[in-house]
Amino acid sequence: MTRTLQLDGVDRSFGDRQVLKNVSFEVAAGRMTGFVGANGAGKTTTMRIILGVLAPDAGEVSWGGAKLTRQDRRRFGYMPEERGLYPKMTAREQVTYLGRLHGLDAPAARRATDALLERVGLGERGDDLLETLSLGNQQRAQIAAALVHDPEVLVLDEPFSGLDPLAVDTVVAVLRERAAAGAPVLFSSHQLDVVERLCDDLVIINDGVIRAAGSRTQLRDSYTSPRFELVVATDAGWVRDQPGVTLVELDGARAVFDLPVGADEQPILHAALARGPVRAFRPVSPSLTEIFREVTQ
Amino acid sequence: MNVTQATRLVAEREIRVKLRDRTFLFGTLFFLVIAAAGTILPPLLSGGPKSVAVTQDAAGPLRAAGLDVRVVADDGAAEQAVRDGDVDAAVVSGPEVLAMDEAPDEVVRALSTAPPVRLLDPDAVDPVVAFLVPFVFAFVFFITSQTFGLQIAQSVTEEKQTRIVEILVAAVPVRALLAGKVIAGGILALGQIALIGLVAVLGMRIGDSGDLLTLLAPAIGWFVPFFLLGFVLLAAMWAAAGALVNRQEDIAGVSTPVQLAVMLPFFAVIFLNDNATAMRVLSYLPFSSPTAMPLRLFTGDAAGWEPIVSLAILLVAAGAFLVAGARVYEGSLLRTNGRTSLRAAWRERESIG
Repeated sequence: MTRTLQLDGVDRSFGDRQVLKNVSFEVAAGRMTGFVGANGAGKTTTMRIILGVLAPDAGEVSWGGAKLTRQDRRRFGYMPEERGLYPKMTAREQVTYLGRLHGLDAPAARRATDALLERVGLGERGDDLLETLSLGNQQRAQIAAALVHDPEVLVLDEPFSGLDPLAVDTVVAVLRERAAAGAPVLFSSHQLDVVERLCDDLVIINDGVIRAAGSRTQLRDSYTSPRFELVVATDAGWVRDQPGVTLVELDGARAVFDLPVGADEQPILHAALARGPVRAFRPVSPSLTEIFREVTQ
Repeated sequence: MNVTQATRLVAEREIRVKLRDRTFLFGTLFFLVIAAAGTILPPLLSGGPKSVAVTQDAAGPLRAAGLDVRVVADDGAAEQAVRDGDVDAAVVSGPEVLAMDEAPDEVVRALSTAPPVRLLDPDAVDPVVAFLVPFVFAFVFFITSQTFGLQIAQSVTEEKQTRIVEILVAAVPVRALLAGKVIAGGILALGQIALIGLVAVLGMRIGDSGDLLTLLAPAIGWFVPFFLLGFVLLAAMWAAAGALVNRQEDIAGVSTPVQLAVMLPFFAVIFLNDNATAMRVLSYLPFSSPTAMPLRLFTGDAAGWEPIVSLAILLVAAGAFLVAGARVYEGSLLRTNGRTSLRAAWRERESIG
């Protein structure tokens, strides 16, 4: 199972407003791909198109090189941004029902449901009507609903919003497990710190346009200038006068600065050593927030 | 899994949830009680044979007629028994029949010779029955299509309101969702009617008005296919109406045209049922044919080919409404912000299906 999910030149408009413009990216097998963008950037529309809930005006979604069919999509796990299940059914009933709608036979759906409810910590409340469950427990049922058919691809729209910390851990564990088993996992989030912690690859969308896509390290290298932190024994203000240096932050003995791409940082270290003891000199990895800001400007 | 299997799963869920719904169960129970009471009670209430007071020598023919005969000593005692309300009537010498305020037909008949009667059209329908049956048919169709249609709309809106619809649409074709709901509604509606019908038949047996049943049988036979197609026609409209709104409270607002499509034919059939021309027209129009045509068959007005033509027209209409309803349903199912206009839903085919 090493298939890639690929979007190719996807356009979509609602009325006069074009919300997706030539969207292309791929979600590699076995990788956790974070999908980030501001509200209204087009994340949900993109995910709905992947799931076939919306039709693209142009472009195509393919899976393992072939155009995605409804049969393929039935083996996808989807958690929509807007959550909800049937209030008058028990968690067990509806997870089983959704499993069956995704093609499991009755005994398989029941087995999968039992195992999954146990896993998300709903084993004991599984036979209560959904409307009687707490919000946190309803979210757990929702997670079970997305995973009951052991999906080959996971597409999760804001999977962590509204989850309590324990449920976040459960979801993260399950996503990692699915990715480790070779499934492409695409998840959107506006909580950049969460994405940063989890994702292998990153897709950044802004105003319907994919601004960047690739592995996290690759993006870091290509979208930010090399940044360094220097800590010396005395005042570090002299750094600003060194050739090529753009000072980012100066705090007494500590300076953070950027160098042009490809520039050698060693002359700065030599200059520092010539002035006195150097306590620290290291490259600084920009946070996802910084990359995001840089890319979407 | 294909569309058929998906449809069955959807229908199964709808039925299972409905069968647990207290309102639905109590409603059914209520109708069953009405059906039983309506068929068993009237014959019981009309009471046993009339009681009549008479002297011993005149008792013979009255006994033979199956009347409840009370033998009294003389005419004076007979008259007193009537005045006291002990008996319904008395026969005194003359012979003369005494009663308080209403001529006791059964007693009179027992004492007279009737000329032989030959009925030329023995199957003709009793006018009372002829008035009641149209009403019952129209009423059954009206109530069930209204109740179960509304339930389809509510179920559609519930899926939108709770947002589960997005998961469903990602998993199964929209057509399967719609078909499953319409089929489940049809099965539940027919099931409820069948149950009520069964109780009514048993009630007639107990109440001893069994011949009405043989008279009704052909009309009921035709009522079933007409009912089913008519139900599909209306269910498609109800589903589309339910898909246009996001909250249960808003269903009433969008369903007015559907309600009218049920109500107007209902009143037309009730009020025009003795107007042959009007009934002929109504028995071909898709919204009224489910009640008007079985009626004309019942009263013997319709030729053998007529229900078939009418059924064909209804079939085409139901098909067309199903296609149109499905399009509106697809076009509005995922618009979860506010009420969708019919025109927007028609234009926007959001789903791949």
